[in-house]
Amino acid sequence: MRLRVNGRDWEVDAPPMARLLDVLRVQCELPGTKEGCGEGECGACTVLVDGEPVCSCLVPVAHADGAEVTTIEGLGGDHRLQRAFAEHGAAQCGICTPGMIMAALALPSSPSLDDVRVALAGNICRCTGYHAIYRAILRA
Amino acid sequence: MPAVGTNVPRKDSTEKVTGTARYVDDLVFPGMLHARTIRSTIPRGRIRDVRLSFDRAGFTIIDHRDVTGRNVVALIEDDQPLLAEREIRHVAEPILLLAHEDLDTLRRARVDIDYEPLEPLFDPTRSTQLLKDLRIVKGDVEQALAGAEVVVEGEYRTGHQEQLYIEPNGVIAVPENGGVTVHGSLQCPFYVHKALRIALGLPDDRIRVVQTETGGGFGGKEEYPSVIAAHAALLALKAKRPVKLIYDRLEDMLATTKRHPSIVRHRTGVTRDGRLVAMDIEVLMDGGAYVTLSPVVLSRGAIHAAGPYRCDHVRIEARAVGTNTPPNGAFRGFGAPQTQFAVEVQMERIAEALSMDPARLRELNALRPGDTTATGQRVEADCSALQVLQQAVERSDFHGKRERYAGTNRGIGLSLFFHGAGFTGSGEVKLASRAALCTTERGVRILVGSAEIGQGTRTMHAQIVADSLGIPYEDVETGLPDTSNVPDSGPTVASRTCMVVGGILQRCASDLRERIGDMHPREHFTKHGATVVTKEYEPPHGIAWDDDTYRGDAYATYAWACDVAEVEMDPDTYEIRPIHFTAVQDIGKAIHPVLVAGQIEGGTAQGIGYALIEEVVMREGAMANAQMTNYLVPTTLDTPTMDVVIVETPSHHGPFGAKGVGEMPIDGPAPAIVNAIRHLGLDIRQIPATPERIAEAACVSA
Amino acid sequence: MRTAAAALDLVRPKSVEQALRAMADDPSLVPIAGCTDVFVGLNAGTFPGTRFLDLWPLEELREIGIRNGAIAIGALATHAMIQESAAVTSRIPILAAACREIGGIQIQNRGTLGGNVANGSPAGDTLPVLAVADAVVVLRSASGERRVPFNAFFTGYRTTVRRPDELIVAFELPPIVDVQWFRKVGTRAAQAISKVVMAVVGGERPRIAVGSVGPTVIRCTKTEAAIAGGATFDEASHILEAEVQPIDDIRSTASYRRRVCGNLLRRFGADTGR
Repeated sequence: MRLRVNGRDWEVDAPPMARLLDVLRVQCELPGTKEGCGEGECGACTVLVDGEPVCSCLVPVAHADGAEVTTIEGLGGDHRLQRAFAEHGAAQCGICTPGMIMAALALPSSPSLDDVRVALAGNICRCTGYHAIYRAILRA
Repeated sequence: MPAVGTNVPRKDSTEKVTGTARYVDDLVFPGMLHARTIRSTIPRGRIRDVRLSFDRAGFTIIDHRDVTGRNVVALIEDDQPLLAEREIRHVAEPILLLAHEDLDTLRRARVDIDYEPLEPLFDPTRSTQLLKDLRIVKGDVEQALAGAEVVVEGEYRTGHQEQLYIEPNGVIAVPENGGVTVHGSLQCPFYVHKALRIALGLPDDRIRVVQTETGGGFGGKEEYPSVIAAHAALLALKAKRPVKLIYDRLEDMLATTKRHPSIVRHRTGVTRDGRLVAMDIEVLMDGGAYVTLSPVVLSRGAIHAAGPYRCDHVRIEARAVGTNTPPNGAFRGFGAPQTQFAVEVQMERIAEALSMDPARLRELNALRPGDTTATGQRVEADCSALQVLQQAVERSDFHGKRERYAGTNRGIGLSLFFHGAGFTGSGEVKLASRAALCTTERGVRILVGSAEIGQGTRTMHAQIVADSLGIPYEDVETGLPDTSNVPDSGPTVASRTCMVVGGILQRCASDLRERIGDMHPREHFTKHGATVVTKEYEPPHGIAWDDDTYRGDAYATYAWACDVAEVEMDPDTYEIRPIHFTAVQDIGKAIHPVLVAGQIEGGTAQGIGYALIEEVVMREGAMANAQMTNYLVPTTLDTPTMDVVIVETPSHHGPFGAKGVGEMPIDGPAPAIVNAIRHLGLDIRQIPATPERIAEAACVSA
Repeated sequence: MRTAAAALDLVRPKSVEQALRAMADDPSLVPIAGCTDVFVGLNAGTFPGTRFLDLWPLEELREIGIRNGAIAIGALATHAMIQESAAVTSRIPILAAACREIGGIQIQNRGTLGGNVANGSPAGDTLPVLAVADAVVVLRSASGERRVPFNAFFTGYRTTVRRPDELIVAFELPPIVDVQWFRKVGTRAAQAISKVVMAVVGGERPRIAVGSVGPTVIRCTKTEAAIAGGATFDEASHILEAEVQPIDDIRSTASYRRRVCGNLLRRFGADTGR
């Protein structure tokens, strides 16, 4: 199978039902994407597949065959969301942060608070109570 | 420019927002095996037979006979085995450990266990297994109650709560230097170090514990990592290869500790004009199958059980008992959320009984400087219970809304609460924590055993050190604690990391400043090489505590807070939606206001979950809803807007006047919400106040 | 304990015809699409199947359009696509509303209508909508196509009339002229499994369907008949409370579910001015 991850092509040798999450973390050596639950509830494993946020723990790698995958590592280090998350204390323990940022990427520009709350309803943060995350995204 | 009081960049933010921070599951060691725990499936009984129904090639297998030291999880009591020998006391008790190079092969291995089941006990009120009891007595409660104009009685119940850090428990044990190094997600590296020494029977210097970046703890990684670390270490030493042991979500929820369920009874005597004359309180906590931290959870719970109120006659009788569920343990708040839920709902019911405004009742009775707590501790000038109450009432327009919401589907309620910073009683003296500073080519390096678990330890410590030394924040280096090169600063618990450890660091800094004169530490390092200053905790003057009588200064000082909750009830579904929260919290000094607000907002959200939706469903001693699909915590759409007010009445006990902030925010939301529900006319005395419980209450009141 | 990925087979057909042939040859194949349910089971080690048939790339099953006056929704249309479809939001907004309540955005981007039905959970959020819409399930096999009324599709808890060689390819939803209403009740505001999920269509031929109160989604025909016969919504609510068959489980209680069903029907009555 052939994946394009963060702009780089990968020839992946994995069972087709392997989880995209594991392929990214182990074969592509991109451990920025995290596993929190393995049931699509916490959103820590969120990546973009062809621009859409998905839970990579629920995606067989076969479904990313030929697709464009973006992980947190693909943002470089100076994306406006990354800077805003750092500045506003939106990352505490940090384990939900990569997934949170990837989900936030799918928001329209200049989102309202309600847009943000709906877009992030699939990402659980246990540290912040979400408000620092809203502040970061709204001011990014 | 001073760092303290400003929002300097977090020391760990770049790594966390770029995905380069390395958590334990991100680490790979050459030749590493993966491990798995085989657990009991019955709540009580004896193991009759264990059969391995798989090809053992390539497997490392461990049972209790392979424990090279003592088969105990060393904590307060040594009653909990690392691996069950014959007796089973709860579901998910570890029996056998397997390790294999290939995860799939490991997962497929089948083990069959036969048991001789025994009758389990799940009801703490019927338990005869006493884990700890204690009694706090002030004045003469019976006499005062007999003379009271009004007596109000009530029983309040709280359920288990799961910490639900998003990174499950995990460690990697690596055999090296004739011993073992454990890398793991944990709060207390030296707890793990001690537990490993006893479990493995190795000398101190053969054991090294290194904290990896930790994806949340909330108490859930206080004592449990000692178990999982010992398991991985035993496997690693037997296999002579690194062993990774990571729990999945189900296993983490099923097997690891939770907040103690509680039953608290109150009998309160008051005058008709609302003055408290007697508080008689009974606290019962369900400790689960082993002692773990129950004695100290109970102790903190009992000390906070009378709330931040002045009352001359108080009796608190507290017990923690054993049942056949997995052991309960540390969770943010550590007993205080349970007992302050009870006292704050009781206060609301007293106000109701007296037809009195609930804020006024609290105002009359709130502790003022010079008053004494239940243990007889005289609170100092930093006691601001009255101020936070008045500020919260005004800011939230409590009285206006109380009137406007009356008769609608909205309600407003408040809670007044406090939280002692640091270990209880003589705990800090016994801990004798140490911290150190070392000059480097950049400036100075902080050497502490305190763990960064998201709350901002590194950043806050660096701010304290920078200003105490008079150097830029950027010149202070921090790192992950490694027991081989940092002193034991005690565990990262009990809202002590800023006030206690930060205080020791401040003393290190002033000592270092004396030694190096006016020089920048970098300059001193260049000229003289590394200079290390280590300091030990010094108990503040005039603090006295008696462990036998539970009298005296339970904590060096307390933080004070008032929450106001506004809720809306859906009349069709009985769902309670928090719509706005006001949290006025006096924590002495906000070393880093953004971090402090993060603690308050996050703790409040956890408290809202505790109040309304977080329910551990226990069936036959096992968590029946051990998935995130079924154990629900607040999402973005469940978390209301929050007006957080940080009040700074300095305490002379902490650096720059700071007290503890980590735990207090979770003490207040549950009673504030339940009191808001009471404003709706619903008598709720148990949390979580799920829609099912609200429906029942609505049925009674209809 | 997670199922080993290496032990799982995935057949990857290039067309619907290939998929149907594969199903005819091997009835043990489990068709998969967005995988939002299947992988939850595999990750927990509780999913029984080991051989899977991949429908996800079959674009022809993803279309949403109008056919003979009905909206035809391909089985592979995702919850996100359905919310964005003008045909759906203008004609049957309650279906879009149901899709909006399923999981977070990540799940809505992958989960499909066909999957929600095929999974057969009595708590499936779109099921009551399909039930009140008098939807038709289009089943296709190598030997042909048949249309089954949605309300005759489920035969019991997670069992259906679908033969192992058949594939759900589409749903046809005839126009609804009367007022339509939907409400999902979970314990939290987002990402919750339904404790009660109800869809109602008003008018002379009232239709009421409820999920999470029985082994499958149920059409409440007694209650419908009572309303059609002139019962007030308060009276109908009592009939509904008796008609549903909820149980106590880890998410809720039978008595709560019963009561909420009655309340929701009253609310429908009040909302629609009856």
